[in-house]
Amino acid sequence: MGYHLNFNLIWRHFDKLWQGLVLSLELAVVSILIGAAIGLLLAVWYVSAGKVVRAAISAYVEFIRNVPLILLVYIVFYGIPTVVDFAYSPTASFIGTLSLYSGAYLVEVFRSGLEAVPRGQLDAGKAIGLTPWQRLLYVRLPTMTRITLPALSNTFISLFKDTSVASVIAVPELTYGAQWINFNTFRIVEVYIVTTIMYLVTGYGILFGLRQVERRFKVER
Amino acid sequence: MATILYALPFLLQGFLITLWVSALVVVFSLAGGLVLGVGLVYGPRTVQWLVRLFSDCIRGIPILVLIFVVYYGFPPLGIAINAFWAGVVALTLFKGAQVIEYVRGAISSIPKGQMEAGKAIGLTFVQRLRYVIFPQAVRRFLPPWINGVTDAVKGSALISLLGIVDLMQSINEVIGRTYEAMPLYLLGAFIYFAINYSLSLTSRFVERRYAYIRD
Repeated sequence: MGYHLNFNLIWRHFDKLWQGLVLSLELAVVSILIGAAIGLLLAVWYVSAGKVVRAAISAYVEFIRNVPLILLVYIVFYGIPTVVDFAYSPTASFIGTLSLYSGAYLVEVFRSGLEAVPRGQLDAGKAIGLTPWQRLLYVRLPTMTRITLPALSNTFISLFKDTSVASVIAVPELTYGAQWINFNTFRIVEVYIVTTIMYLVTGYGILFGLRQVERRFKVER
Repeated sequence: MATILYALPFLLQGFLITLWVSALVVVFSLAGGLVLGVGLVYGPRTVQWLVRLFSDCIRGIPILVLIFVVYYGFPPLGIAINAFWAGVVALTLFKGAQVIEYVRGAISSIPKGQMEAGKAIGLTFVQRLRYVIFPQAVRRFLPPWINGVTDAVKGSALISLLGIVDLMQSINEVIGRTYEAMPLYLLGAFIYFAINYSLSLTSRFVERRYAYIRD
C-alpha cells in the first residue's frame, strides 16, 4: 500500500461537506413533509374511492416505485422543462422529485395504516355520534399515525440516503461536496472515509432518536 | 415516433448491459448473502457481530456513495478495478446486505423445535440446513427477495454515472444526439417499469402461492 492518509485538505474544505450534510437533511425533511401530505391525501381518498380513482392512485404508486430515482430526477429536471415553458432551480426540482417519490411510498404506508385501525374504534365513534369527518380526524388518523410511525421513520432514513442522487443535477448536498473535494484535492480515500462516516452517524443518529419517539407513542395491542 | 424507432437499437445495447449487471449482482449477492446470513443466525458470537456490523454499515450508506467509494477509492489502495466491475462490486455489497436480512428473517421464522428435532435424529449441521431449515425458509425468503431484485435493477441505473453505457446512459446518449428529452426518458421509464413491475407481480404471485403457510 503506497497510499498515505492525509486529512488536512479534507478539514480545509470541511464546510463543503458540513453544509452538504445540512442541505441533505433539509431536502429529506421538506420532501417527507410534502410527500406525507400527498400520501395522506391519496390514502384517505383511496380507501373511500371507487375503482377508477383506485386504479389511478395505484398507477402513480407503481410507476414511481418501479422506475429508478435517477431517471425520475432526470425527467423532472431535464425532461419537463422541454415540454412546458417553465424552469426551476436544481434544488427545487429535486425537492419536487423526492416529494413525488416519497409520496408514492407513503400512500402505501398510510393506506395499510388506515386499514389497520380496529373496526371497533370506528364503531365506537359512530356510537357516540361523531360525523364521518370527525371519525376520520379524531379516531382514524391519530391511531393510524401511531401505527405507521416505525414505517415513517424508515422512509425518512431512506429518503435521507436518497438525497445523494441530487448530486447528479449539481445540488450541493453531501455527496456533491464529497465529489467536489475528490476532484479538486485528489484526497480520494480520505474524503470518502469522512463522507461515509457522516452518512452513517447522521443516519443512525436519526434512527435512534426516532425509535425513542416511537417507543413513546407505541400502540399497545 | 421516428426518434423512438431511431433510438431503439441503441437502447437495446444498454438494456442488455443493465440486465447483465443486474444478473451478476443478483447471483453474487445471493451466494454471499446466503453464507453471511447463515453466519449471522448460527455463527459464533464474533461472526454474528462482524456480519451485523457489515450489514448495518452497508445499509447505512447511500448506494451512490457506495459506488463512488469502490470506483474512486479502490485504485488508490492498490486494487485495480474498472468502471464495470466497480459498479458490480458496489451493487453486490448493497444487495448482499439486503439478502443477509432476508435470510435472517426467513430462518428465524422457522420454529426452534425444527432444528432440535433434526439434531435429535442425528443429522449433521449441513444436513439440518439442507433438509429441514432451507425447504421451509425458502417460502419466506422468496417473495421479498424477488421483490428486492428490483432494487438491483433500479440501482444499476446509477452506474451510468461511471460512464458505463447501460440503459440509463444509452438514453442520455441518444438525447445528446436528438435533443428530444421527454419521449426518450418516458420510453426508458417504461422499459424499467416493465422489468420491475413483472418482478413485483412474480413476487406477489409467489407470496400468494405460499399463503397457506401459517405460524
